[in-house]
Amino acid sequence: MADIQKLVTMLKELDDQLVSCMRCGMCQAVCPVFAETGREADVTRGKLALLDGLAGEILKDPKGVKEQLDRCLLCGTCQANCPSGVHVMDIFLKARAILTGYFGLSPAKRIIFKQLLTRPELFNKLTTFGSKFQGMFAKPVNDVLGTSCARFQAPLIADRHFPSLAAKPFHKSTKPMDEPAGKSGVRVAFYPGCMVDKVYPGVGHAVLKVLKHHGVGVFMPHGQACCGIPALSSGDRESFEKMVATNADLFSNADFDYILTPCATCSATLKEIWPTMVDNESLKARIGPVADKVMDVSEFLVNVLGVEAMEGAAGKKVTYHDPCHLRNSLKVTAQPRTVLQASKNASFVELPNAATCCGCGGSFSLHHYEISKKIGDLKAKTVEDSGAETLATSCPACMMQIADRLSQRGHSIPVKHVIEVYAESLGS
Amino acid sequence: MADKALLKEFEAIVGADNVMSAEAETHAYSYDAAVLDSVAPAVVVRPTETEQLGAITALCNKHGLPLTVRGAGTNLSGGTIPSKGGVVVLTGALNKILELNMDDLYARVQPGVITAKFAAEVASKGLFYPPDPGSQTVSTLGGNVAENAGGLRGLKYGVTKDYLMGISFYDVNGDLVKSGSRTVKCVTGYNLPGLMVASEGTLGVFNEITFKLIPPPQAAQSMMAVFDDVLDASRTVSAIIAAKILPATLEFMDNFTIRTVDNFRKAGLPTDAAALLLIEVDGHPAQVAEEAEKVEKICKEHNAKSVEVAKDAEHRAKVWQARRDALPALANLKPTCVLEDATVPRSRIPAMMEALARISKEFDLTIGTFGHAGDGNLHPTILTDKRNEQEWHRVEKAIDAIFDEALAMGGTLSGEHGIGLAKSKYMEQETSRATIEYSRRMKKSLDPKGILNPGKIISALLD
Repeated sequence: MADIQKLVTMLKELDDQLVSCMRCGMCQAVCPVFAETGREADVTRGKLALLDGLAGEILKDPKGVKEQLDRCLLCGTCQANCPSGVHVMDIFLKARAILTGYFGLSPAKRIIFKQLLTRPELFNKLTTFGSKFQGMFAKPVNDVLGTSCARFQAPLIADRHFPSLAAKPFHKSTKPMDEPAGKSGVRVAFYPGCMVDKVYPGVGHAVLKVLKHHGVGVFMPHGQACCGIPALSSGDRESFEKMVATNADLFSNADFDYILTPCATCSATLKEIWPTMVDNESLKARIGPVADKVMDVSEFLVNVLGVEAMEGAAGKKVTYHDPCHLRNSLKVTAQPRTVLQASKNASFVELPNAATCCGCGGSFSLHHYEISKKIGDLKAKTVEDSGAETLATSCPACMMQIADRLSQRGHSIPVKHVIEVYAESLGS
Repeated sequence: MADKALLKEFEAIVGADNVMSAEAETHAYSYDAAVLDSVAPAVVVRPTETEQLGAITALCNKHGLPLTVRGAGTNLSGGTIPSKGGVVVLTGALNKILELNMDDLYARVQPGVITAKFAAEVASKGLFYPPDPGSQTVSTLGGNVAENAGGLRGLKYGVTKDYLMGISFYDVNGDLVKSGSRTVKCVTGYNLPGLMVASEGTLGVFNEITFKLIPPPQAAQSMMAVFDDVLDASRTVSAIIAAKILPATLEFMDNFTIRTVDNFRKAGLPTDAAALLLIEVDGHPAQVAEEAEKVEKICKEHNAKSVEVAKDAEHRAKVWQARRDALPALANLKPTCVLEDATVPRSRIPAMMEALARISKEFDLTIGTFGHAGDGNLHPTILTDKRNEQEWHRVEKAIDAIFDEALAMGGTLSGEHGIGLAKSKYMEQETSRATIEYSRRMKKSLDPKGILNPGKIISALLD
């Protein structure tokens, strides 16, 4: 553990950003965690006040502050609605890094980030291995949703209904790709992200099918690393930079027009977090041009390929949940809806409160499962009440969370990625 | 931190989950939205039933512990900053609408109900609760009563006090006091609801509130009038009222605010205008049409460069977005934003605007002014950085000067933000020594140990 004075000095560097919070409290209206708990330390204003108090040595309990700071989904809704324009995400990520530097990483996270996520080959091997044996530990509960639950008591899994690891991860069922631009004249790099690779390979295949349909050339190197957000949100900037560097090696010298991901979190991380949170100047220079080319898959289909909504599609009723990272960070909300409306076997209905967080928040749901569940149940209920036959979204983490809640509540509404719905409409 | 035996007593009332005493929890209740130093309480309790409020109050009185009730903590005058070593009582979990009576047009609520949620619930039943403070999406009704919150519709529809019909509250002994009624007329005894309004938590702990509801206006028309001269805009305000038209809202923005808002949202506002008036008339459709026409005419007679009348709902929303953006846009400019609410009789608005321009120059400060011109309630907003000590000193002097001017014009210290800690020192200047002594005697007899939100309103030292 480092010296507390050093901690204070580091926190003071956040002062210029912390001081811009005028304590108006408007974040209370939009914070999903505060809506459940009603506690000021759970809402952004409270957390900023705690950091400010720690930096100003008014309060002297860094451990308590760290615990409160971790009770955040990092959904960014407060930042998107902040009257003073406080850079909340920036402050929270930096503060977590500072406090993690002070306390050190937990042993489990140390192994996961330092030994596993920074080594894509090992990560791939281990998850492939895991997928073969998961049947021993998990049993299926809902065929439509593809969820399982733990056979034995498992503290991290609790009573979750989770999707199985894919029998064959995406990178195993596809070869590395390096195609020239097709008839569309566009060549894209494809970054599936860990969740698509290991849990939802069907989403990856749907993306490839759609790109092929539209004549888009694909560059997809194997050996891609995690985008780094799990490490960064736990305060491990060092592992984060390693993952970014691995990806920079693969993408920064390649020639492509856009880099696509079907994961809202990966999109936001590549586009916004990479350029702001990477410290190493040469790495920053290498990833800058890559970050500039990042696009969500739906955004690409609509903005670049010109996919348009169709009149009077008469398929199954499908509705859409806005992932926080697409809506709050990248402001992409219309395009996924357009893509659904362009899917001829789907008929789009708007979901009430589509923009509220599903409560997943990455590792938030591991550490604060009870709150995560309650927030997720609100989302699941609106999906049930909407009468939709399919729930579509643009983030695999949201897919997992909403499937868990629907499954737990005994509903069999399939949860799909927008691109899967669109790919299905293109026929085989 | 509070001692263990005391915490056990609170836990016995509200349960262990609802008592917070760790430093990283209590510090989150050490401030509100006022630019003042924070003070952490020793304990924070979160009752889940209103009955617990009585037991908590009695316990605090027994031990002589300062008690501050807190809703959303959006107070702009420090009214919810607790006392050191004191107790903060959260009303967030007391958020039930107990009754919406459609026949007799009233509602009964718990103090922690959020203002905008309440207004929406009332609207869904086809009725109207007009008070709309700027913080309404998070502010609570208990806080609105305690501060006598206002809003954009104050001119025609009044403020919180105009809708308060009855209230029950706990006295310091934890006994329930009931006053007011569900009837429109009620003269039973002292007007205790009137006493509770704007009492800022110093006289009792609210248990249940009864509000009057009204039928909503059937139609509304909004417009934006652009002026090259601030005085012309100010005179237009008086002229509209003099023509016996009471708009639902009549809002003002100065040039600095217009430019800042336009820069904030690129809404295409007239950035070269000296001032804007945003006006909405509402009521019966025929009356609205007639009044809108008259207002437009009055604006033009007073040299309005243009009057833009909203064509549809979308256009109307655009007009009001400009007003809603005023504070956020100003707040984005500098780290510290001091939002004042000195209020003058509306005929003195031109004089007040001149005074504000003078003060801004004299103390070399950036002041953006917007606000509720129709009721004389202006929000001169000083943009600064509290860390700059030398500048902050000038800000304090400028605030003194603003109140001096407002009071000299027959105005008041606060239109809607309350006195709290921030303006206690000016109280005698607006009222009189006797007023404060009277208030103190009253407070002393109702709260002998001085536990109810001490330090607020009447506590600044007299000479």
